[in-house]
Amino acid sequence: MLIVSCPCCGITAEETEFHAHGEAHITRHTVGSTDDQMETYLFMRKNPKGVHFERWRHQNGCGKWFHMARDTMTLEVFGTYSAQTYEPPEKLLAEIDAKRPGWRDTA
Amino acid sequence: MSDPVSALKNAAYNAGIAEISELGAVGMITLRGDLSAKVLQKAAVAAAGVNVPDQRQILTEGQGGMAWMSPDELLIMCAYEDANAKLADLQEKLAKTHALAVNVSDARAVFEVRGPDAREVMAKLAPVDLAPDQFTTGMFRRSRLAQVPTAFWMPQEDTFRLICFRSVAQYVFDVLCAAAQPGSEVEYF
Amino acid sequence: MSTRLATGGRLLNKSKPVTFQFNGKQMSGFEGDTLASALLANDQMLVGRSFKYHRPRGIVAAGPEEPNGLVNLGDDGKFEPNARVTTTELFDGLSAQSQNHWPSLEFDVGAINKHLSRFLPAGFYYKMFIHPRPFWKYVYEPIIRHSAGLGRAPKTRDQDTYEHFYAFCDVLVIGGGVAGLEAARSAALSGARVTVIEQTAHWGGRTPVDGGEINGAPAQDWIDATLAELQGMENVTLRTRTMGAGVYDHGYVLGYEQLSDHAPHKAGPRHRLWRIRAGHIITATGAIERPLSFAGNDIPGVMLAASVRDYVVNYGVSVGDRTVVVTNNDDAYLTAIALKHAGLDVPVILDARVLALDSDAMAQAKALGIRVLMGHAISSVKGGKRVTGVEVCSQAGEGAVLEEISCDAVAMSGGWSPVVHLWSHCGGKLVWNTANACFNPDPDHAPKGADGSQFVTTAGAASGSFQLDDLLNDAFAAADGVLRCLGMKLPKGAKSSKGERREEAPMAPVWLMPQGASVKLREKAWLDYQNDVKVSDVRLAAQEGFVSVEHAKRYTTLGMATDQGKLSNINGLATLAGALGEDIPAVGTTTFRPPYHPISMASIGGEARGVAFQPIRRTPMHDWHEANGAQWEPVGQWRRPYAYRQGDESTHDAVMREVTNTREKMGLLDASTLGKLVVKGPDAGKFLDMLYTNMMSTLKIGKCRYGLMCSDNGFLIDDGVVARIDEDTWLCHTTTGGAESIHAHMEEWLQTEWWDWKVYVANVTEQYAQIAVVGPNARKALEKLGGMDVSKDALAFMEWTDGELGGFKCRVYRISFSGELSYEIAVDANHGQAFWDALMVAGNDLGVMPYGTECLHILRAEKGFIMIGDESDGTVIPQDLNLHWALSKKKEDYLGKRAHQRSHMADPNRWKLVGLETTDGSVLPDGAYAVGEGTNENGQRNMIGRVTSSYHSPTLGKGIAMGLVHNGPDRMGEVLEFPGTDGKTYSARIVDPVFYDKEGEKQNV
Repeated sequence: MLIVSCPCCGITAEETEFHAHGEAHITRHTVGSTDDQMETYLFMRKNPKGVHFERWRHQNGCGKWFHMARDTMTLEVFGTYSAQTYEPPEKLLAEIDAKRPGWRDTA
Repeated sequence: MSDPVSALKNAAYNAGIAEISELGAVGMITLRGDLSAKVLQKAAVAAAGVNVPDQRQILTEGQGGMAWMSPDELLIMCAYEDANAKLADLQEKLAKTHALAVNVSDARAVFEVRGPDAREVMAKLAPVDLAPDQFTTGMFRRSRLAQVPTAFWMPQEDTFRLICFRSVAQYVFDVLCAAAQPGSEVEYF
Repeated sequence: MSTRLATGGRLLNKSKPVTFQFNGKQMSGFEGDTLASALLANDQMLVGRSFKYHRPRGIVAAGPEEPNGLVNLGDDGKFEPNARVTTTELFDGLSAQSQNHWPSLEFDVGAINKHLSRFLPAGFYYKMFIHPRPFWKYVYEPIIRHSAGLGRAPKTRDQDTYEHFYAFCDVLVIGGGVAGLEAARSAALSGARVTVIEQTAHWGGRTPVDGGEINGAPAQDWIDATLAELQGMENVTLRTRTMGAGVYDHGYVLGYEQLSDHAPHKAGPRHRLWRIRAGHIITATGAIERPLSFAGNDIPGVMLAASVRDYVVNYGVSVGDRTVVVTNNDDAYLTAIALKHAGLDVPVILDARVLALDSDAMAQAKALGIRVLMGHAISSVKGGKRVTGVEVCSQAGEGAVLEEISCDAVAMSGGWSPVVHLWSHCGGKLVWNTANACFNPDPDHAPKGADGSQFVTTAGAASGSFQLDDLLNDAFAAADGVLRCLGMKLPKGAKSSKGERREEAPMAPVWLMPQGASVKLREKAWLDYQNDVKVSDVRLAAQEGFVSVEHAKRYTTLGMATDQGKLSNINGLATLAGALGEDIPAVGTTTFRPPYHPISMASIGGEARGVAFQPIRRTPMHDWHEANGAQWEPVGQWRRPYAYRQGDESTHDAVMREVTNTREKMGLLDASTLGKLVVKGPDAGKFLDMLYTNMMSTLKIGKCRYGLMCSDNGFLIDDGVVARIDEDTWLCHTTTGGAESIHAHMEEWLQTEWWDWKVYVANVTEQYAQIAVVGPNARKALEKLGGMDVSKDALAFMEWTDGELGGFKCRVYRISFSGELSYEIAVDANHGQAFWDALMVAGNDLGVMPYGTECLHILRAEKGFIMIGDESDGTVIPQDLNLHWALSKKKEDYLGKRAHQRSHMADPNRWKLVGLETTDGSVLPDGAYAVGEGTNENGQRNMIGRVTSSYHSPTLGKGIAMGLVHNGPDRMGEVLEFPGTDGKTYSARIVDPVFYDKEGEKQNV
């Protein structure tokens, strides 16, 4: 069972306080989008063996959503960060680069 | 208007390793807004009678008090019968501010767990480090108690107060009593 | 025979005799005994029958690795099957029954299987019971189920209680032997929070039995002193009778504490499951001795050598008068020496090794006059329910008998394997150690935690360090390394405790005895005692192509019994490797999974049983409903009254009465469970326009509007009435199940997509008791309460207002889910019961009756109103339900709008909502499918629709239903066929789903 740090309230707690909500940084497509864009938006998910960016909620805590970068194989948590962003922070990406060289090629 | 009746009508359990009691109706107002805004802080302090607490802290004074719930939410506590007046006052003061204040006094139940083994009773149900040097008076923790969300703090050593939703008050009372059953001392803290 | 010795027994309190029963026979023991030691002291070597052949089985070990000694323990509410005699502490009044035999332990009919063993090889069940298929269910399974299984299932409810405990520490040490104590002592010196758990009731592990000095004094002195030191440290917690059951991700450990198994009359919970989160875990879990594979190694009286020693030293029990020791290592000599010191006879030590020089242990044994035969082995053990002798052969040969030696016990040792289970649970890898012929933890491939660094470290014998000096050094080094991982350190000058070194000769791997044992011998050489797997079975599996260790395990069931192969796995792997001609490390191990040793299911449940099994949500009027005949319906975690039964009436009759009464007079519904979300802010209107398919921003203050919510996939997820409270505040009602999920849904969009929109949401569901006052007399009742104008002019349909009724501050909504004149009134929850009482009084002479959810369903179905979860199921879009009117054409965007344009959603062939009426007035089965012409590719009849709601309508005096039907609205009047699961076929006509008051006049008065 994972331990997770909530960047919104600063608590580090076990997974049972949280809820995972799948892949993060998905672009919402809507009226005016093509069918292919809609398919990508609604159904296509990465499911990588390795680095994954996810959306979580501190459900039994402050109630806020946030993002987490995690290795799906080793369960290492690279970091958590605000949900109010379109992409992971540069600093976090650099840390992941250092720990998992070449991960972007397979992500 | 009738007399207010809390979820468990002040139910109590005193036969175990800690005393459990439901505290009856407590006034509570949820305030959402920009916690750094002066106007909001001023209004909140006026309603609660205490300063705005820091992240994950609670300040109390008599029946008044204020707890940090999330980066944009405070919980103001007061006497049950004062809640509506305080709410109206808050709403008036915040009329020109983007904020939301609602009375949640009736939506909640408040319990107290008292005694030297109170920490152990709580640690059987909440996945929180409750060691005396890790969880101290003044801290306010939102977590889960067994299977329901809860928030708790220690007004003083050996005493916990916890808030849960009204609908699960009986469940919370039941699990607290089970956790406090005679002979269940852990002798850990 | 096995018996209690006059002396010895360091764990016994001989001043406290206790009595117990085994298979109804009265026996006696001492406080401090295990059930195993007490049984042996009473000459009860035979304790059970094996799983497959029902062979007589005796106690083999002295710890949790015991495969045979499983008993049914206790009676009734204290009954426990499969209790292990070696880990069951004896108490006065204990009652145990042996398992897996009929009619008795001594004479067992199933033992006939052993004569058929040639016909019951590995995979027998798979091969035999495959054809014919119908036999699976009616012949094979009942037979197998009857003959299989060990303990009985309990028949009465468990009378004990169980609990969890959340604990946090920097360093968790699992195992309280000398390595665990040394690691804990060292780690604690840094000031780290240290918790030590030990599965038995005693500290020090097996070192006091094995002997040796620590820091120049007897090991027991060091153990006592270290324990005292640890007990005196504020930062250390010590728990006995607490097993490390499993290691999980990110430093999570389950500890299993047995609080009253040894003292069943003690108050409090029986087991406590410790949910420990540790910064780092040190597994000081010791090692387990391996059996040797020779013919007859399962005959009662053949035991592990170190266990024989344990019984002598710890419990003053001799397992036999004459014990032959057979070994491939030096350790077993300690047993021979201990037996000799206890005055018992050791006729011979058969040592499979051929050594040039005598080691210390050999010299000592010889000096005691024990005959030692090097290069020798057991060809076969003689005896049935008890060992009577051994046939000696040369290890190098094929088993030709050189000599027969009579004895009543055999102490065997095939070497030691570190207990690597906890290391391996979370990904720790193993490395083959040639010198000790065992798998050691591989420190280069340790389990990794949340930050990607190692979080488990082994110490002592668990690392593969078996010598006292080595294992203490290893434990100290483990603590040192762990502290570094945690960013702490040992104080200056901290030193490792020094253990005595015993010069040992190297062990020699022996996987079969004798090396060239014939088929006849191999068929009697057991690997897995509990599951009856023999050397010949593993060889057969390899021969039949089960070359992967995981496949061979499942084919033979090796290691799949309740002991999870603690004794058998390495020997089994080695046998498989031998059969495949491969190295053991190339074959690898099977996966180690928690728990290390079985734990009670009840401890996993903890407090979640009985009334606390799950949270039951209660409305403020719950107790009133309960006292007034409510039949409960679970709606999520809520309990809502399904109907209120009066007197002897049936639930169905109660529902019919409630419908009629509400339509004709007046009904009260507890609607408190409906979700209530306040949405406020300058952008709240814009936000709700995105969330609802229809327009909410244009709703006038004081008005209500019914709204639909879709996911961005386009599927209908919730519905409810929205009220505009003021310029920037709306109150959204959700379904009962939707309060939390729709609140979360709103927050998700606000926090993760439209975070710059100025909107706040609060869930005020439980702030209010909400009561629907429904029926032609509803207004009269409210007027009797008085306090506000509830006339049509003052409060029209789909309006709301704040006010007072009967002195209660309330908010009144004129909304209707029944088609009747209806008010939904919200009061503060703490006044809910009083307000309900006031309504009951006010309605007394107006025919008021409470009604439940089934009545609510019928009322709405008569009106053709959809219900989320009945007409919708996550695949239904509003268009399917003819709710086009609720889909705004003006709005540029809302959740689901674009998805509705996708080809499948816009397909004219979707199933659509219609009303259904059976041709004979009966009630259609809920969920029944309508069948059409032809069949699909699987030969099944094509389906063209299904029933989504179906009731008997007392108002109309017939069955009414709604359903989704292919092109339904275009097929009005058509009669469809619905085969029921009862074998009947129902005919129903497609009709308008609005069955009652089509113009909606009744609600708008």
